[in-house]
Formats: sequence, structure tokens, C-alpha cells
Amino acid sequence: MTMKLKMKTLAVAASLAMAASGALAGGAKVGMITTLSGGGAGLGIDVRDGFMLAIEQSGRSDIEVVIEDDQRKPDVAVQLADKMIQSDKVDVLTGIIWSNLAMAVVPSVTAQGKFYLSPNAGPSALAGKGCSPNYFNVAWQNDNLHEGAGAYATSAGYKKAFILAPNYPAGQDALTGFKRFFKGELAGELYTKLGQTDYAAEIAQIRASGADVVFFFLPGGMGISFLKQYADSGVGLPVVGPAFSFDQGILQAVGAAALGVKNTSQWSKDLDNEANKAFVESFKAKYGRLPSLYASQGFDTALLLISALNKADVADHDGFRKALEAADFASTRGAFKFGPNHHPIQNIYVREVIKEGDVFTNKIIGTALENHADVYAAECKM
Amino acid sequence: MSVILLVEQTLNGLQFGVMLFLMAAGLTLVFGVMGLINLTHGSLYMVGAFAAAAVAARTGSFLLALVASIAGAAAVGTIIEMAVIRRLYSRDHLDQVLATFALILILSEGTRWLFGSYPLFLDTPPWLSGTLMLPFGIEYSIYRLSMIGAGLCAAAGLFWMIARTRIGIQIRAGENDREMIGALGVNISRLNTLVFAIGAGLAGLAGALIGAIQSVQVGMGEPVLILAFVVIVIGGIGSIRGAFVGAILVGLTDTLGRFALPHLFALFMDASSATSIGSSLASMSIYLLMAGVLLLRPRGLFGAT
Amino acid sequence: MDRETGLNLALLGVMLAIPLWAMAADEPFLVTLTTRAVIFAIAGIGLNVALGFGGLVSFGHAAFFGVGGYAMGILASHAQGYMPLIEWPILVEGTKSMPVIWLTAICASALTAFAIGALSLRTAGVYFIMITLAFAQMLYYFAISWPAYGGEDGLSIYLRNAFPGLNTMDPIQFFAICYALLLAVLFLVARAARAPFGLMLNAARQNEDRVQAVGQTPYRLYLVAFTISGAITGLAGALFADLNRFVSPSMFSWQTSGEIMVFVILGGVGRVFGPVAGAALFVLLEHVLGGVSDYWHIYLGAILLAVVLYARGGIFGILTGRDTANG
Repeated sequence: MTMKLKMKTLAVAASLAMAASGALAGGAKVGMITTLSGGGAGLGIDVRDGFMLAIEQSGRSDIEVVIEDDQRKPDVAVQLADKMIQSDKVDVLTGIIWSNLAMAVVPSVTAQGKFYLSPNAGPSALAGKGCSPNYFNVAWQNDNLHEGAGAYATSAGYKKAFILAPNYPAGQDALTGFKRFFKGELAGELYTKLGQTDYAAEIAQIRASGADVVFFFLPGGMGISFLKQYADSGVGLPVVGPAFSFDQGILQAVGAAALGVKNTSQWSKDLDNEANKAFVESFKAKYGRLPSLYASQGFDTALLLISALNKADVADHDGFRKALEAADFASTRGAFKFGPNHHPIQNIYVREVIKEGDVFTNKIIGTALENHADVYAAECKM
Repeated sequence: MSVILLVEQTLNGLQFGVMLFLMAAGLTLVFGVMGLINLTHGSLYMVGAFAAAAVAARTGSFLLALVASIAGAAAVGTIIEMAVIRRLYSRDHLDQVLATFALILILSEGTRWLFGSYPLFLDTPPWLSGTLMLPFGIEYSIYRLSMIGAGLCAAAGLFWMIARTRIGIQIRAGENDREMIGALGVNISRLNTLVFAIGAGLAGLAGALIGAIQSVQVGMGEPVLILAFVVIVIGGIGSIRGAFVGAILVGLTDTLGRFALPHLFALFMDASSATSIGSSLASMSIYLLMAGVLLLRPRGLFGAT
Repeated sequence: MDRETGLNLALLGVMLAIPLWAMAADEPFLVTLTTRAVIFAIAGIGLNVALGFGGLVSFGHAAFFGVGGYAMGILASHAQGYMPLIEWPILVEGTKSMPVIWLTAICASALTAFAIGALSLRTAGVYFIMITLAFAQMLYYFAISWPAYGGEDGLSIYLRNAFPGLNTMDPIQFFAICYALLLAVLFLVARAARAPFGLMLNAARQNEDRVQAVGQTPYRLYLVAFTISGAITGLAGALFADLNRFVSPSMFSWQTSGEIMVFVILGGVGRVFGPVAGAALFVLLEHVLGGVSDYWHIYLGAILLAVVLYARGGIFGILTGRDTANG
């Protein structure tokens, strides 16, 4: 990918759809801050590609997107947000992948009267006490997928779970989320070091614990390491986790070690609806790879933005907010609407890792939670 | 039951320590002979893992992948030694730290440019996967046992080379008096390159062996690099024996600390804060160990005084 | 006025002129960027006291930068949430007042530096580099797993802290505060370098035995220098946290230590103004190269490497044609 970073004016050439849609209410300038270099770049690239695909397909030339790389550093993200608001004069910001970066950027963005659409991170503080009328989360509240995993483990009849996550806020939220919906007892609960790569000590404890299921939340390379070592250890207990460790991008690196693992997600590439089929096909055609969870979230974020722009002018804050709240677009995940705290109410599905030809991917096998909202909505006053 | 768990954790600590030794050996040799602080060592570890993953994907052979990891890392090591590193031997530590810091940036992003932003796939070979029943009902991964074995073999080979071969004599002489061995007709510049390449090859091997059970990705080298520095500082910089003892100490402290500290805290506080506080302390444990050793012995356990 | 003094003044002039011009041209982001360079310069000056004048190669200055940042974050978050910091034995409230926060940051980081220095200075050379790194790593892992103040997520402060009579949310006014502090720090460090303490420290770096012969203990000199050094870097940390309205454990990371070191070396080791030039160049490179390609770290690495290999004495070395300030 040799795309230039400073696509200052990524005005998308178009004319056909402009004439067709008729009720245009003016364009917008969008600032995207996402991770495009260093270790976590894969996620940011997927969000960006999904987002830009939707903009391109809409054919709207009046949406200008400024894209910048945050290097996964909170201070850089804050600075880019300042730059986009002060110099580029954007109306809407989006793109951040990591919860800690979102916590650094979102409060000041919304305090300055700009809109923020989150394509990935959903920290609990922003869903509860720190919610804002101008903040919309198009992905999930951080706890959602873990709650789905807890619900699935209960419905699958597991009685004793061993659970582990890294020792940082998102990890603590993950275990809390799982426990909230898991009705059995815990055989063990472990916090690992953030960035840890060797899980021999933890796996030994799992083996000795007498558990009948293992739940883990270990994003990125940590999950790859854990799964490979777990498969190698011969412990063999069933594993449940959120979709992050089984996403299209990293599944190939895990390989056969992930086969058969159940994971929870609000999206899957085989989800049966028209919008999703079209999205998967066009993403494959344009970028030559299968779309990931993150790509679908980027795509949906752009769809939401376009749907609101079709109804209201972005300068009319109240009208634009109403248009966003309506969430009047065909999401790749099917039914989608916002709760009172601007976080999604949506189904959480259970997927199984399978092999399709040479490629490892996921297949939906059931629904863990229907029309699921987050628990923090009650604390949100706006 | 808990005795079995303890034995298993000790084996894990040993395995971790042996791999750390492969990393630390190169660092300490390069420092001992050339007086160089080499932050690039972590990148060579990464290069080894990527070379192994690339070759394994093409050929499907794990052994070829291991060969590629050593060859690839040694080759990259040789290139950067001849192009950059050799200009740094006469410089002070500050310049060395900064120049090798710059090399990390170049090697990391260069690797990402070549191989993309997502982790690569590298798995243990079928003939080493699965577990083995050890006496007393201990079930342990064959691959991890093999890692202990391979690491110990490499360590033995290294000790033998240094104690018994001609190169080893030159290396030991180089550690004591660089001018003298030059005067005796040894080509110092070639010796330096060779020592650097050996260190790089060992780091590459560690990268491939560990990469098979972890994630092969850009940035995988830096955490290991810092651990390897902790190891050689504890052992005494320049001492191979010190690196070995330090590596085993660090491996055991880290693994047993992660396992035992939460349990220890659970004795006098509730389970979930014990897990949280115990884990926090465990992640600091090796640095506490290092600070403790340096306070008692400012030049490490086996450092020259 | 010799050439170096002229360069120093020109540097300060440019750093003042850019934000003023940017305000006129309605480019407030350039002001923020320059403020960033000014804050990094203060951090670099702090490290330079230990590294340039005392010859103490610390690879752990992120520890003090982070302590300063968290001093600000903790005080401001308590004030923001109207929760007292300590209730017993005396009631201590959080605060949003910048001067109080700076003082706290300076004291906290000086104390940290004193403790770390007292232990680390028992070692020397490469052991010193590594033990300072180890202490910074300890604080890093502690900050990540300490849940009270946000752990890895860090702490957000919604508004900048207050300075009497100024609107700190206005970029140019916040810049003015930082710039004034930079001048104050430069003045103090330049004074200290010429005072008996500075001269003795310089002598100790060059030859410890001679200093001992005149009845000074190098250990004490070093410890004082290290403490001052940590305090200045801590002040920069508090300012940096205020600039971003955010603190996180990444301020403690070893990459941060490396970057602070880069400011010093890019500019020129042992020169009072070196880190100012280095920080300015670093921010400029980061900004310009970031626009060139996704893989801009390669270029950054190449430039750093070239400076180390071919331009000893950093930018000042190139511009003045001398490797060190004292000729």
C-alpha cells in the first residue's frame, strides 16, 4: 500500500449519484485519525479502507476526508485532533482504534462542539457518565462482545470457566463483561502483563484448574501467541473469546490452532443481508483481500455519516444530531439502532473458526444476545 | 497437585531463561569484545523470525526455516556491522545508543514495508507438537522441551567455541586487550564482523524458535531486547557465564513471580484485588531483581571488577 | 558576540516568530506545534544537565517526564471531580492552578530523581544506562496496572489548568507561558553551568580524581546534578500533559527516554541551547516526514544515523564548526 498519507483533498470524483439522490443537504469535512504505522497499523488501515470504500460508492464529491496517522500514541492523536479542528476546520472526526487514544481525544473534541463517530473503541466512561450528545459509537461498547461470550458460554452449558485478560482497563472491563452474563462458577481468574508473549505459566494454571471452558481477551499479537501455545500445550479445553483475536487479518497468523474456536462478534462476512453481501464483494474487488471486522465498522461509520448528511446540514448541529440518531442506513450487520447514550443496540453473534480452501475464516453458528444494549446507558445523562 | 504445577512452572521458567540466553549471548559478546551497546539486537531477533516464517511458508520445512533464521539474521547483522556498526566501536556509549536506536527505526519499518502490517504465520512442526508425559504425572509440551534442549546445545556449543577454538582464543584475547591482538597479527576487523554475525545468528535462531509459538510481527524484538539487557546487566556485561546465570534467574523470577505473587496476595486480601496487585508487582519483579543485584554488586554477578 | 551566541539568539527569535506569524495567518496548529517543540526543549535541557554537563548517560528520563505529567494529571483530576486528594491527617484538595501544579511536579520529580540517582550512581558506565532504564520501566509497568488513575487508558483533563490572568485554552497564550518558562530554565541552567557547582561538575566529568583531590565528592556533585536534571524534565512533563490535556503511561515508556536523548544529541551535547535546536528539529522532522510516506520512520532513522556518524556535536556542531561549546 503506497497510498500517500496526507490526502489533504481526497475529494472523490463523482457525478452520477449526485444527480440521483436529489435531497442533498451540503457536504462536510471529515478528519480521520487512525493508526497507519507501527505494530497496530493493520486495524487502522482496515478502518480507513472500509470508510473510503463507502465514501467512494456514495459518489459524493462534497465529502472531503483528511487522514492522519496517530502512530498509536495518545499525545500524537490529541495533537492531530487539535490540528484538524484548528487548521483543517473539520466538522466531524472519526477513525480512532484504541480506547486509550479515544479517551484522550473524544472529550475535548465534543467539548469544542464537533461530532465524533467512533469506528472501533467504546470505553465505558464515554458510554456512561462521560457520554456526550456529539459522540456516536458505531462499533460497540467495549463490554458488548465479552458479554456475548459470557451469554454463549452459559447457553452452551459450561459450568466452570477459567478467564484471563491483560492487566489494563480494557482487560478488566472484559472480565467484568464476561462475568456479568456467565451463570456458572469461575475456576480461575488471571490478569497477564500487557504485551506479554509467553503464556506457559498461565496455561499450566488452566491445566490444573479443573475448568471446562476458557475465556480470554488478548488483542493483537498477544492472542496469536496465546492460541498457538494453548494448542501446543494439549490442554484441549474449549475456548471462547471476543472476535478481536479471530479477525480476518490475524487469523492467518494463528493458523490451525484457532480452528473450531467460538468467538462473539456483531458482524461476520457471511451475515445474510444485502448490504453485507455487496460490501464483502466490493471490498474484495477493490482491495484484493477479505474484509475484516474493522473494515465493516469503518464502512458502517461512513454510511451513517452519509445518511445524516442526506437529511441535514452539518452546520445545523441539532438537526444533524437528530439525523445521526435516526441511524437511517443499511448496516452491514443488519438491524442497527442507537440507544439513548448513542451506542449501538444490535445482535451479538457466535462465530466458529473454519477453513475455506486455504483461508481461515469465520462462520456464524448462532446468536448470543439479541438487540443487546450496554449497561452504562443508565448512567448517561444528556 | 500444586507440586506438579510448581515443577511445570519451573520448566517454563527454564525454557524462557534458555531462550533469553540465546539473545543475551550475542549482546554480551559484542559488548565484551567491541565495547558496543547494541540496541539493534532486538531487530535481528525479529529478522530471524520473519526469515523463518517466509521460508516455512515457501518450503513447509521447519528445519529449513531455522537455518534461514540463522542465515538471515547473520547476513543482516554482517551488513549493518560493515555499513554502520563498525564506525561506532570507538565512540562513546551515547553515540552507540542513538545510532542503534536509529537502526531499529529503519529495520522495523523496512520489515513492515517488505512483509506488510499483519503478523505472519509460523507454527511448530507436526513432529514436535503435542505433549509428553514426564514422571510423576507431569504433562509438558514437546516443543518447549525441545526449546530447552536446543538452547542448551547452543549454549554448550558457544562455551566450547570460546574455550577451545582459535576464534574463541581471539575473542577472549580481544576482551582483554584489543591493541595487543592486533599487534599479534589477528585481523581485528574480521574478528569483529564474525563476532557480530555469531551474535546476530543466535538472536535470529531465538526469534524463529519463539516465533513458532508466538506472534511473528514488527516490534516483537524490543520487549525481548530490554529483557536481554536486564539479563546481561545482572550477569555482568561481557561475561558469557554471567549471561547464562542471569538468563536463568530472570526466566525463573518472571515465570514464578507471575504464578506465585497473586496467590501470595490472595492469602490476605480478596481475590480480584490480589490478582490485580500481584500481577502488577510481578510485571515489575525482574527490574526489582536487577536493581537489587546492582546495589549489592555494581558490576553484576560475574562482572570484572 | 561570538557566532554561537548569535545562533542561540536567532533560534529563540525564530521560535517566537513562528507562532506570532501563525496567529496572524490563522494557522493555530503551528502554534501548538511550536509549543510542543518548546516543551520538548525543556525536557532536553533537563537531561542535558545530567548528560552533557555531568556525563551521566541516563536512559530513564521518561521516569521524571512521566512523574511530572502524573503530578498534573492527579491534581487536576481531583479538582475536576471535586474529590479531595487526601482527607487525613490534613485535607488536601486537588488544584487547577498551574503554578501550584508546576511546583508539585518539580518537587515530585526531584524526589524521584534523588531516590533513583542515589541508587543508580553507585554504578557507572553502561550499568548506569541500564539501571536508569530499569527504574523507568518499573514506573511504566506500575502506571499501566495501577487502576486508580486510569491505568493504560490514561487520564483526560477536559480543560487546561488555569494561570492567573490568562486564558490557557488559547494556543498563543499557552505558548507564551511555555516560552517564558523555557527562557527561565535556560537562564538558570546557563548561570549554574558557570557557577562553581557547574565548573566542578564539568571537572568531575573530565577527571574524577582531580575533583576528589580538591576535597569534593563526585558522587554528591552527580547526585545534585541528577536531581536538578530530573526536576527540569518533570516540569516539562507537567507542561506536556497540559498541552495535550491528557496523561498516559506512554510518557514513561523507554521510547520516550530515547526521544529525549535524541533532542539532546541532535542539537549538540553539553551546550545549553543544544536541546532547544534538537527539539525544534525533531518536531519539524516528525511533522514533515509524516506527510511523505507511511514508512517515514525509515527516513527519520536515516537522518538520526547520519547525524551520529557524520555530525558530531549535532546541529550546533555543524553550524559553528566546533564539536563542543568550550572549543
